[in-house]
Amino acid sequence: MFSLMRSLWEVFRHAFARRVTVQYPEQKAYLSPRYRGRIVLTRDPDGGERCVACNLCAVACPVACISLQATEDEHGRRYPEFFRINFSRCIFCGYCEEACPTYAIQLTPDCEMGEYKRKNLVYEKTDLMIDGPGKYPDYNFWRVAGVAIGGKDKGEAENELAAADLHSLMP
Amino acid sequence: MPNLFPVLVIVVVLFVVLNLSAGLIWVERRLLALWQDRYGPNRVGPFGLGQIVADSIKLFTKEDWIPPFADKPVFVLAPAIVVATALISFAVVPFAPGFVIADLNIGILFLLAMSSLGVYSVVLAGWSSNNKYSLLGGIRAAAQMMSYEVFMGLSLLGVVMIAGSFRLTDIVEAQRKMWFVIPQCLGFILFLIAGVAETRRLPFDLAEAESELVAGFHSEYSGMKFGMFFVGEYIGVILISATISLLFFGGWLGPVLPPALWFALKTLFFICLFILFRAALPRPRFDQLMSWGWKVMLPLALVNLLVTGAVVLARR
Repeated sequence: MFSLMRSLWEVFRHAFARRVTVQYPEQKAYLSPRYRGRIVLTRDPDGGERCVACNLCAVACPVACISLQATEDEHGRRYPEFFRINFSRCIFCGYCEEACPTYAIQLTPDCEMGEYKRKNLVYEKTDLMIDGPGKYPDYNFWRVAGVAIGGKDKGEAENELAAADLHSLMP
Repeated sequence: MPNLFPVLVIVVVLFVVLNLSAGLIWVERRLLALWQDRYGPNRVGPFGLGQIVADSIKLFTKEDWIPPFADKPVFVLAPAIVVATALISFAVVPFAPGFVIADLNIGILFLLAMSSLGVYSVVLAGWSSNNKYSLLGGIRAAAQMMSYEVFMGLSLLGVVMIAGSFRLTDIVEAQRKMWFVIPQCLGFILFLIAGVAETRRLPFDLAEAESELVAGFHSEYSGMKFGMFFVGEYIGVILISATISLLFFGGWLGPVLPPALWFALKTLFFICLFILFRAALPRPRFDQLMSWGWKVMLPLALVNLLVTGAVVLARR
């Protein structure tokens, strides 16, 4: 009986306690920078597309919501002809971000993507592409990769030794 | 020209009680939220008051489904009984001096009789639903109400003895010097517990017990039929709160403020207490409920009755 009275009193005291509710549309909860929300495609620091259309994200995706088609530009740079994410399927697991070898695909702290039509949740490349480099501001894949593209030959990448002369016996 | 005053009283009482019982949905949700450090419904209209309208529209427009296996006439009748008996009980409740529909000289007996009839609603609902959980809920409700009504009536007899009348206005007038909660403290506690059990609200909602019996006697109800049970429960809460304030806290008696306001304030206080019970207390096991009722409350009520009788006799 005493414990009942005590719990009544304890509950009553909560009338004067602070309320923990976050009044959502007006107040927003803090989402950490590494929150797994809406997916974006980022660009190099010099503005080029990071995505090399390797398809690793599409393979890693457990719900197969990513589809893309690879193509090459006149410099030999691979890039996706189209890049489509169906957010009505996406489970925001972040595997695509982990799989991405060029930091191109990234998840952002934004989860407000409600739509009235399911079709509107299919994001095309123009919807996904952002202007900045996202979470890795200094990384430039084509600068460090040992692949020859127009304007950069083998051995000219950052921290890369000059290409070995295969016809020479010297080390 | 016939005297229209009784009709006016009836209309006012119906209007106030029905609106209050609908409004209690909002009051309860806001208060529960307050005690759980939340806000509750605060979006629809000012302070979320539009929630009442929204809820009513929802209840009225929902599909009114009668299961094919149910006993149809009884199934339809059951929710009406709970509202009807609870509303009829208000006939004897005096809101202010002279402002009462029927000032019966057996007012308390009438109240008890009507609240006993309310059990039929629950039992018939559980029976006619033809569903084992509903039936279990109905049986539980019947057993609970029977055992708690015994000492509910007995706990009131102390008040009746001191006041010397079953008439509610006489009982209130007899409290001019002292509220009956002081000489009848035990009776008040017993009646409060019995009242909670009588309205089948937490912690005594074993007839519903949504964690064990889905929703007990109203599992199969939907739409406005469910709404009737809902409203009936709230009318019951208002009725018990009003009864407590009439019998133990001097009803409309009080300084400065007008009598009706005093009555409303006291009733509202007990409604809030009911909601606090719901917010704070866990539901007992059924055997605990029964043994508590028969082995503790009933003897206490009898002792209260004997002592009060002895004191009243000695004073004479």
